[in-house]
Amino acid sequence: MLIDCPHCGSRDLAEFSYQGDATRARPDLASTDTKAWLDYVYNRPNPAGRHREFWQHAGGCRAHLVVERDTLTHEILTVAFARDAAGGDAA
Amino acid sequence: MAEYSALSLFKNAFSGNRDWKPAWRKPDPKPSYDVIIIGGGGHGLATAYYLAAEHGITNVAVLEKGWLGSGNIGRNTTIVRSNYLLPESVRFYEFSMKLWENLSHELNYNVMFSQRGVLNLAHSPGQADAFIRRGNAMRHGGVDAEWLTPQQIARKVPGLDTSKSARFPVVGGLLQPRAGTARHDAVAWGYARAADRRGVDLIENCEVTGFLREGDQITGVSTARGDIRAKKVALAVAGSTSHVLQRAGIERLPIESHVLQAFVSEAIKPFVDCVVTFGAGHLYMSQSDKGGLVFGGSLDFYNSYAQRGNLPTVEDVMSEICAMFPSVARLRLLRSWGGVMDMSMDGSPIITKGPLPGLYLNCGWCYGGFKATPASGYSFAWTIARDEPHAINAPFTLSRFERGAVIDETGHGPTPKLH
Amino acid sequence: MSPRRTSAGGLIDRTRTIRFTFDGESLTGHAGDTLASALLASGISLMGRSFKYHRPRGVFTAGIDEPNALVTLLREGVREPNIPATQIQIYDGLRAESQNRFPSLAWDIGAVNQLGGRLLGAGFYYKTFMGPVMGPLKGTRFWMMCEHFIRRAAGLGRADFEPDPSHYEQTNAFCDVLIVGGGIAGLMAAEAAAKAGKRVILAEQEPITGGFARWSGETIEGKPAHEWVSNLTARLASLDHVRLLTRTAVWGYYDGNTLAALERVNDHVARPPKGHPRQRHWTIRATDVVLATGALERPIVFPGNDRPGIMLAGAMRRYAEEFGVLPGSRTIFFTNNDSAYEAAANLRRAGGHVAAIVDVRAKISSAASELATAAGVSPLIGHAIVGSRGGKALSRVFVQAFDAASGTLSGDARQLECDSLAVSGGWQPVLHLASQAGAKPVWDGEKQAFLPPPPTQRWTGAGAFLGKFGTTDALASGRDAGLKCAGKRASRGQLPAIAPEALDLTPAPVLEIRARGRAFVDFQHDVTADDVRLAHREGFVSVEHLKRYTTLGMATDQGKTSNVPGLAIMATARGITIPEVGTTRFRPPYSPVAIGALAAERYGDLKPERYTPMHDWHVERGAEMTPAGLWNRPLIYAAAGETVEQAYIREAAAVRRSVGIVDVSTLGKIAVKGPDAATFLDRVYTNTFSTLKVGKARYGLMLREDGIAFDDGTTWRLGETNFLVTTTTANAGAVMQHLEYCLDILWPELKVHLTSVTDQWAGAAIAGPKARAVLEGCVTGTKVDNETLPFMGIVHGQIDRAPVMICRLSFSGELAYEVYSGAGHGTHVWETLMEAGEPFDITPYGMEALGALRIEKGHVTGAEIDGRTTARDLYLDWMLSKKKPFIGSGLMDRPALIDKNRLRLVGVISLDGQKLGGGAHLVERGSADEPGESIGHVTAFCYSPTLQNYIGLALVRGGKLRHGTRAYLSDPLRGRFGQVEIVSHHFFDPDGERMHG
Repeated sequence: MLIDCPHCGSRDLAEFSYQGDATRARPDLASTDTKAWLDYVYNRPNPAGRHREFWQHAGGCRAHLVVERDTLTHEILTVAFARDAAGGDAA
Repeated sequence: MAEYSALSLFKNAFSGNRDWKPAWRKPDPKPSYDVIIIGGGGHGLATAYYLAAEHGITNVAVLEKGWLGSGNIGRNTTIVRSNYLLPESVRFYEFSMKLWENLSHELNYNVMFSQRGVLNLAHSPGQADAFIRRGNAMRHGGVDAEWLTPQQIARKVPGLDTSKSARFPVVGGLLQPRAGTARHDAVAWGYARAADRRGVDLIENCEVTGFLREGDQITGVSTARGDIRAKKVALAVAGSTSHVLQRAGIERLPIESHVLQAFVSEAIKPFVDCVVTFGAGHLYMSQSDKGGLVFGGSLDFYNSYAQRGNLPTVEDVMSEICAMFPSVARLRLLRSWGGVMDMSMDGSPIITKGPLPGLYLNCGWCYGGFKATPASGYSFAWTIARDEPHAINAPFTLSRFERGAVIDETGHGPTPKLH
Repeated sequence: MSPRRTSAGGLIDRTRTIRFTFDGESLTGHAGDTLASALLASGISLMGRSFKYHRPRGVFTAGIDEPNALVTLLREGVREPNIPATQIQIYDGLRAESQNRFPSLAWDIGAVNQLGGRLLGAGFYYKTFMGPVMGPLKGTRFWMMCEHFIRRAAGLGRADFEPDPSHYEQTNAFCDVLIVGGGIAGLMAAEAAAKAGKRVILAEQEPITGGFARWSGETIEGKPAHEWVSNLTARLASLDHVRLLTRTAVWGYYDGNTLAALERVNDHVARPPKGHPRQRHWTIRATDVVLATGALERPIVFPGNDRPGIMLAGAMRRYAEEFGVLPGSRTIFFTNNDSAYEAAANLRRAGGHVAAIVDVRAKISSAASELATAAGVSPLIGHAIVGSRGGKALSRVFVQAFDAASGTLSGDARQLECDSLAVSGGWQPVLHLASQAGAKPVWDGEKQAFLPPPPTQRWTGAGAFLGKFGTTDALASGRDAGLKCAGKRASRGQLPAIAPEALDLTPAPVLEIRARGRAFVDFQHDVTADDVRLAHREGFVSVEHLKRYTTLGMATDQGKTSNVPGLAIMATARGITIPEVGTTRFRPPYSPVAIGALAAERYGDLKPERYTPMHDWHVERGAEMTPAGLWNRPLIYAAAGETVEQAYIREAAAVRRSVGIVDVSTLGKIAVKGPDAATFLDRVYTNTFSTLKVGKARYGLMLREDGIAFDDGTTWRLGETNFLVTTTTANAGAVMQHLEYCLDILWPELKVHLTSVTDQWAGAAIAGPKARAVLEGCVTGTKVDNETLPFMGIVHGQIDRAPVMICRLSFSGELAYEVYSGAGHGTHVWETLMEAGEPFDITPYGMEALGALRIEKGHVTGAEIDGRTTARDLYLDWMLSKKKPFIGSGLMDRPALIDKNRLRLVGVISLDGQKLGGGAHLVERGSADEPGESIGHVTAFCYSPTLQNYIGLALVRGGKLRHGTRAYLSDPLRGRFGQVEIVSHHFFDPDGERMHG
């Protein structure tokens, strides 16, 4: 698997560290909504197909990326800096 | 259907092996059942068997998308052990171990459970303490465990690098003598045959495409072979859990599906007797009866339903096996394959009623489903039959996350890839 | 000399004689021979024994698909089992041994298994060996007793326990086009792509390119085909942007067009040149891949089809044409297609004698008739071979009239004398890599073969891989594939002229002749046609069940010759077509790969080692080093004759009495800078850092999102917007990654920058009542008195001109300082501190003493922060800020996490004066034999020089509630049982007077 890091270029899987589902909505830090916290921490949609996920280029620029990848074929569809990507955790 | 025995083998050999009957029937699905089990893997088949054998519930169908045993039951590294740390796990897996010890007789099928021992190597004083803690937890839970010195290990496992100059020298090892390996496919086939003999319908090539419901209540399933009604629908589909439950409207679960690769070398004459695990990485190895070295390592570390892994993990695993057994470098890797693991958020399984009325859930086996097969089937059947958990699966609920009563053997927390 | 060698011809170098041994017998061959061809040339046809029945077997193929002729190579003092003789290039001094036989290959006691043939059918072991249900052999015992013998009979070659002396390399390559297969199609593709300027890598598994052209006997542009491909290869080799890799098998097709290949760099020489690898593992990332992997010949299954002397027709042709070897003096061909006719004609031309051609078809083409004439025989069409005779060598076969349409035999069997038989059941494209890439092969009923699936990654097929078996097709499809990869359209240009014309190789759909006797499908695993039918009878009818129940295709050749016949037999038994039975998914590797090659440079060097700047000093002072993750740290500095315990007690006592020094460079250190640094730390730590004054440090605790304790350490405020975070050694990487995740993903709006500076700083901790006096003796540029440098204060100064940063903090409970200097100054600063400490008898101490001091003080480490404990469990609730939210605050109060009965931190003191033990459990009652229920466990213990007793930290149900009570230490693993008292974990100076002093 090759991931096209927007900063470093196309690099091998071995350089990246997987950081999981990028669609989870993290409650505001001050939130006391336990249900929302539980959902954020424990639950995943875990789709068979298109999956939006975080990878850190740990062996490169160390930026976090949002990658869209097909979990059935491992095909990588899009890559962007997590900081620039709308939605997801940062929202 | 005839019992299997040495005698039946002789009799059939004389008649040219022409009189053997199918190991199980290939029935068409009936319109309705008392219980439908989705998933004809080890756990689903074991559940069907125990429903019939322990609870007299025989109007049962097992629906399998492909061929029986096509999931992780036929893709694992065949290790059976109950060397756990936490009391909930010790109880559950030791219950399983006791079932294993009599399984070939119970099923009238040789599952080749061989109690060759599982040895966990420790490579630092801190790791030794952690393993001793675990071994002592086992002993307090009535499970066999021994601590071996490097000298004892060197005698037991020739070929293992126990030298002081090793990159991660062996400082000791936790041995569970009663642990070992079994023939994975035989477990599926043995349960299948035994369930079939008690009247369970095993239906292959029958993918569940949806759920029938009245309100919230699940009342059956839609399949490639038509709608089938049932009073109770039980799910045992491992890595496909999220995918299948989405069809029942359950969008989110404490599960991620990850790919785990396994490997076998070419067959060689007896090389290593017990199962050995490497403590300075993640590697477990044993030798099959055919002679191949069977081994595996970590997940590939990304969500996947592909039953196919990638090269970096292959290289990591090979590096670790060479560090343990430097002579293995000269042997050749014959085959690799991948399985889809249902990684739960604390590394422990979920065997429970719910999450919808009429539905029963069995998932979250992470790396460890094979050894659990008997106890998983036993306690899941109990839960389905009685609508309450057996004592051994009572802690393994879906609600434990809400309460904070997680069962986290490794202490890695809610990062499923690390369990 | 060489009874089977032709007098001329072949591509071997007859001027060079090579000496080798097989089972101790000295033999010779020529340069260019494989072990198989050299053995055949020497008149040796018995080369191995099968897995189960120990049947005598000869070589069956000439290539990578060999199921029978597996040998053990003895090289460089170690054994290398299971290598196909067809894959070994001979060299002077080569030593090979046959396998799976005792006492010798010719007389093998294991052959007795053949008598039990029907008993030992597919899956027999599932039905028996269960043993009695009672008595001494109940449970698993009887099976394990049987298994012992089964295991010894199974396996093939024997492996060594001696380490592999070889070294291996890994290398990466990138190219526009990777071409797999150096036959005509692959070479044409390479030329076309290279002409268009593409960077090309071409990998060929054999030592020389050319493939089929090397033994086809054809001519291309009027030249022998092998010469034509040599010229083309030479042209390609001269191009800078083309890399030709021979002896390189591409074995894995992974995601993202990443392919793995194994180059057998030095397997054809007695010993690799110094510094050279034995093999090289290639990871090739290609924009486009051309699969020109060719096709493998299939056998026809018939009774007695496994005797030495029987081989594939294509193999026979190759031995004759490439190696100048005639495997027999009377050869019969048995076929369902035309390719065997070419092979027969070639054999005759090379000087062999073709005794008959037996063809299952009722009619043959005129081209085939002409070739039969050239071979000197008139073919027996509409016939089949139904049996064979011969012990360790073939002596005759039986032939009967056969109707291919109905599959029925008729008339009487005739006997034909022969000493070799060449079989062809048609050709199967090599689709393994395409299948690995993600798609299933597709059955073509007309061609009677599986053909490539539509590509799931960027690959293009060429040549026989596509099911186009002629040389003209190979030329054309190869060129087109190369052009396609260059983004160009297929060419209509003239192709080189071929002679003779290509044949149509479509076979008759006959892959088994059913007659009396044992007919083998999978030779190596002894899977017979009856085994396949038994599997069918017992319901193991899907392709995967067939494979798993009978072990068909699971041997070292991975079913390269047996898969299609096996499927055909099952299809017939079920009355369905081959594709309805299914096809197995091919898995990497295509052909076996040395495990050491995949470990490559990590073989013998698994992980990097990390050394602190003062490492050499420790080693010179006789420190016993211990691994701590990747780090090496001093365990103790033993004086002569001291045990580990004596040493750490002395070291720890010295700290309490006077002063000690310990290397703390391994602590994780992260520079956290930026206007929002304080806000950031307030969120990730449970306690508050925004209120910390510049020049002060504070102990901090981090939780995970689920409210469980994660890591602890001190954080130093070096400036308004400049912090230094320290972490535990073990968690340095994890904490860094966690903080980066928080910044990049959770709060990208925060203006903070993180830098790991673990390796930039050397750290020495000075602890003990005389610590300040030591610093006063060597620190310049700052005062270090209580006023200038109070508890948790930070100063900057110099030690012998080296700039240092000193923080007064304590892990030991003593007056203590951590002195940080640039890594390059570490040893110098350390030595200067040692010098300044000399008057106070400063004592270097290691991990053991560090542990003892922290246990006395009741400080927690990774043994207590074990990923399951909460802050409350460790009585660190005082660190949970109530004024602000932080990571973990959302879930840390869940009911099970605040339960009174959780395992919580306590101290324990030995009441019998005996050692405790890390990992020992605690029980309320019981005995050594009946230890009772565990209420917790000891996380760490030591001999306390202060308390003059063994003490420990423990996590115990209820924690503090048990203070003052007694319990038993239960350590059945080490045979220890004894009474302890449960006390507060603050054994020493609970009010902290000493460290504040």
